[in-house]
Amino acid sequence: MVDRLTKRFGERTAFSEVSFEVASGEVFGFLGPNGAGKTTTVRALGTLIAPTSGSATIAGIPLSPENGVAIRQHVAIMPEAPGLYLRLTVSENLEFFAGLYGLHHPGPRIKEALAAVNLSDRASDLCGGLSKGLRQRVGLARALLSDPVIMFLDEPTSGLDPVAAREVHNLITGLREKGVTIFLTTHRLDEAERLCDRVAILNTTLRTVGRPEELRARLFTSTIVVKTLSPLGDPDGLFTGVLGVEGWRSDDPCDYVLRVSDPKVAAPGVARVLVDAGADILSIAEAQHSLEDVYLELVDEDVEARKQ
Amino acid sequence: MSALDTGRIGAVVRKELRDYRRKRSIVVAMIILPAIFLIEPLLAVFLGSPNPPSDPSYRGPLLLLLLIPVITPSTLAAYSVAGEREQGTLEPLLTTPIRRQEFILGKAAAVMIPTLGLCYLVFAAFLAVVRLFADPVIATGIFHQGPILLALALFTPLLAGWAIVVGMAVSVRAGEIRVAQQLGMIASFPPLGVVVLMGLGVIEPTITAAISFAALLLVIDVVALRATSGMFDRERLVTGARAVRR
Repeated sequence: MVDRLTKRFGERTAFSEVSFEVASGEVFGFLGPNGAGKTTTVRALGTLIAPTSGSATIAGIPLSPENGVAIRQHVAIMPEAPGLYLRLTVSENLEFFAGLYGLHHPGPRIKEALAAVNLSDRASDLCGGLSKGLRQRVGLARALLSDPVIMFLDEPTSGLDPVAAREVHNLITGLREKGVTIFLTTHRLDEAERLCDRVAILNTTLRTVGRPEELRARLFTSTIVVKTLSPLGDPDGLFTGVLGVEGWRSDDPCDYVLRVSDPKVAAPGVARVLVDAGADILSIAEAQHSLEDVYLELVDEDVEARKQ
Repeated sequence: MSALDTGRIGAVVRKELRDYRRKRSIVVAMIILPAIFLIEPLLAVFLGSPNPPSDPSYRGPLLLLLLIPVITPSTLAAYSVAGEREQGTLEPLLTTPIRRQEFILGKAAAVMIPTLGLCYLVFAAFLAVVRLFADPVIATGIFHQGPILLALALFTPLLAGWAIVVGMAVSVRAGEIRVAQQLGMIASFPPLGVVVLMGLGVIEPTITAAISFAALLLVIDVVALRATSGMFDRERLVTGARAVRR
């Protein structure tokens, strides 16, 4: 639980009055433009930096300088750059971190972590000889070593090819099934939409938190898009009065965008009046707003507000 | 302060030693520097003229050897934190449960172990060469310098400890490895002042003087280690800004 957490560096505010809760076993997406304060928030929650004000409880432990060691024992943070010792092998890197987490016989744990990221056959390779994608996977294996309750993943698929990215997605899904709480910072909105139970959009202050579908509903009115083979003779006469239709506009002679209260109520009525009017219907579909639309809407609002 | 975890300190030491072994330039620098600082004492022994065993001129070559524990570790110590930061490995390391004291002690031990090994090896080699190949009168003169030989044995870990601690202190604050190495080298020399004074005869080298100065150096090393540990601020290391506690 994070309550009104704020971090300032002198006059500059990294993030301000940020509050949210993340449930155990949840995949929580943390989105925002560059410089929005995402990484600083993760660093604060990971006890790397001290917040200026506010409070938080991580893995049931209050965030304070005295509890730093205890919190770090329960969480794993994977920064965007994996930060591996390039002159050491993959297993030597993991052995080192296993030692820092106090694992006394780390062999089996290292094997397990490497198997989870499909790197068992590269254990003896020097990290300096690995591609960026493979290094990212070693970073993930390192984060898995301590069996953390919470994992902070900062852009875990950055620089990965689609196949490797899918493997990371599967790994995150698997971790969720095991009850690990994942705090996922990402710029890839499709990734957030696919993986996250809830997302937060941060732009110094927290702009919104919720399930992706909730955010879409909150920000965008429902619309139905009608496409016909030829322009309708009297669209206003057709659409006005149909149950659930609140208004309409035409962006193209054969495309009609209808603002509706509930697509399930409005769509059958719209189809009926079109058929009755003899229109050649190509499609009637509910317009889908992506998480990207939500994100851009909020971030653009901030840009506009700053201009004013 | 909670008890330190020796397992975590050991993990840092093992990692550092592995890393040194794989970096040839570190190994070469660690071997070449003591070899260079061995040349002058050997020349002094082999080109010097035989004097009575109590002659102060025999102190010089032995005290020159004390440059080795000061010079050898300073480069590695200066690299210890600045190097981690420069290669991007510091942040992942700081996200683990390691305490700052464990980190500092692990890093310091990893520099101290090869330094002491090399220093005592070089001293033993020097004394063996003197015993076997030097003029017997000069060899007797060298081996007659009991307080200086004791100082050599006692001061070596303490001078190395000072060089390591100040090197790490500079490394914690320095923005670049090169700057850290240069400043660390300069900062490691002051304790050699007493050694120079002993060599010049300003401080009479006696067993008591050697033990007293060793005890003083030990206190200074411990205080400096605690101060360096206090300078180790996770926030500053990650962001460059000092943490402001509520």
